[in-house]
Amino acid sequence: MRRPFVLRAALTVGLLGLLLVLEKVFPHLINQYAARLMILSGINIMLAVSLNLINGFTGQFSLGHAGFMAIGGYTSGYFAITAGPRVLSALGATPTDPGAGAALMLVLGLLIGGGAAALAGLLIGIPTLRLRGDYLAIATLGLGEIIRVVILNIEAVGGARGLNNIPSYTSFFWVYLMVALTIVVNWNLVRSRHGRALLAVREDEVAAESLGVPTTRYKVLAFTVGAAFAGMAGSLFAHYLRYLNTNSFSFLKSFEVVIMVVLGGMGSITGSVSAAILLTLLPEFLRPIKAYRMVIYALLLVLLMLLRPQGIFGAGEPNPRALLRRLWPRRAPAPGGGS
Amino acid sequence: MQEFLQQLVNGITWGSIYALIALGYTMVYGILRFINFAHGDVYMVGAYIAYYLVAAFGLSAGGGTPLAALLILLGAMLGAAGLGIIIEQAAYKPLRRQPRLTVLITAIGVSLLLENGGILVFGADPKFFPQILTSRSVRLPGGALTTSHQLLVLGGALVLMVALSLVVYKSRIGRAMRALSFNRDAANLMGIPTDRIITFTFALGSALAAAAGVLVALSTPRIDPLMGLLPGLKAFVAAVLGGIGNIPGAMLGGLVLGLAETLVSGYISSTYRDAIAFAVLIVILLVRPAGLLGRAVSEKV
Repeated sequence: MRRPFVLRAALTVGLLGLLLVLEKVFPHLINQYAARLMILSGINIMLAVSLNLINGFTGQFSLGHAGFMAIGGYTSGYFAITAGPRVLSALGATPTDPGAGAALMLVLGLLIGGGAAALAGLLIGIPTLRLRGDYLAIATLGLGEIIRVVILNIEAVGGARGLNNIPSYTSFFWVYLMVALTIVVNWNLVRSRHGRALLAVREDEVAAESLGVPTTRYKVLAFTVGAAFAGMAGSLFAHYLRYLNTNSFSFLKSFEVVIMVVLGGMGSITGSVSAAILLTLLPEFLRPIKAYRMVIYALLLVLLMLLRPQGIFGAGEPNPRALLRRLWPRRAPAPGGGS
Repeated sequence: MQEFLQQLVNGITWGSIYALIALGYTMVYGILRFINFAHGDVYMVGAYIAYYLVAAFGLSAGGGTPLAALLILLGAMLGAAGLGIIIEQAAYKPLRRQPRLTVLITAIGVSLLLENGGILVFGADPKFFPQILTSRSVRLPGGALTTSHQLLVLGGALVLMVALSLVVYKSRIGRAMRALSFNRDAANLMGIPTDRIITFTFALGSALAAAAGVLVALSTPRIDPLMGLLPGLKAFVAAVLGGIGNIPGAMLGGLVLGLAETLVSGYISSTYRDAIAFAVLIVILLVRPAGLLGRAVSEKV
């Protein structure tokens, strides 16, 4: 069902307006801790939704998402540190008071970070996507680690000391604008002709190939698009924390994102979004019990998988109408007429 | 030349540790077709069991006899085997008919549980494993210098690998394990108690991982709750390298990996040490997707 252009335009303007209003209002409503959690949730949503495209919709099990996030974060951070002052002075702004230049720098950073990650995804995807299942998983995990170790050895981006003094450009508005963009692009991609090809690759690669779907090209497409969004998430992360260290991008981060995807339900965008929020907040809610926190977190994870192996939302999106009907069942006339 | 020999000895020592852990991965994968990510943490628990056994026996540095060391090794293996059985029964058995990905995530969950449980129970700080056997340096023919501990690790690993091969290739239960890895449903129809064999496989693999943990603790005496993370991952890489599901392959993969790592950190740069395992893996997977000794499986349509 394609909505009319006017409706779509109105929705877009409405969303932009809402985000702008929220950006102005939030500092008065919530404290910094809550704001931080919202931003980190947003970044995790981008990671989970983009990995869901690779793992959930295309069925290619990738365990290297943190590597693409690292590439995005480091390129965008490095760009802002080295080329930023010149770009800003060309606009008549200074690094200490960038004004509207901040938005431009962030957009440039997102493009560069996302582009670099997409390029890496393409270069990595072409050889490795010939592998299947667990072999692909372990190869992508390995590549993620290789990316991390290579960055660790580049002195220009700080090496083991990390990349410091990245300008702070990320704000609530930009994070959730990018979240919306990620969701819309993925949602529409999956429902397009190309998306059906991706699903065909997931369901039966051999059958898809024999029906003329160029499976390798579609796998690489999903991998590249997923990597691009992970890179953009990385650049938002860089310009939020203002400091990058390769430890943030180890395979544990990749595991975390995979857990979000599987927990939410493979191939469910709603699921990825909910699980990303849940898993960002859960460790925080568990903070009062200190030492037991991560133990409980791990225990809950195992229990959830045991009790609901298909993930929270299964393989699809929840149907609001069906949900309403379950909450308020319409009294159907008893079959056979009766009294 | 002498330095090269030295690196070779170090590489083979680490390689035999990787091989011991890799055996557990490869056996489980051969039968259940899933990556047991918690395996590396069983290795860590093995080292800690040994640590507490040493304390319970009241042994101090240099005060142990080879017999005491052997008892501690066996104790840790037994304890870890029990842990392996518990993990299998509680977390993996209920998911036997679920998609493999679900089991994989559960395995990651169990791994996190063991690590964080370890931090809670054992403490986050590294512990010093007392050197119950005094180490002597030994000069090998060719001039390379090694320690008696290193030789102990090598010898221990060798004995265990021979023992495992005997179990898998010569015993009745080993034949059942091989049958399961060939075709689980058919094995079940032939009257093989598949569930019991799977449990046995987990116990066996966990015992080997614990043995690796104890041997490492003997030679590099710092143990901490996260010590299993990277060796576990690398051992899995070793298993894939040799051809997953293939027992000689796991041993070969472990050795190749250990050698590649020590040679790279010795001659190129030690900061690349952690990446080399994965680089070797990717090259091998692209050239020989089934691993060094694995059989290529043709796809049925």
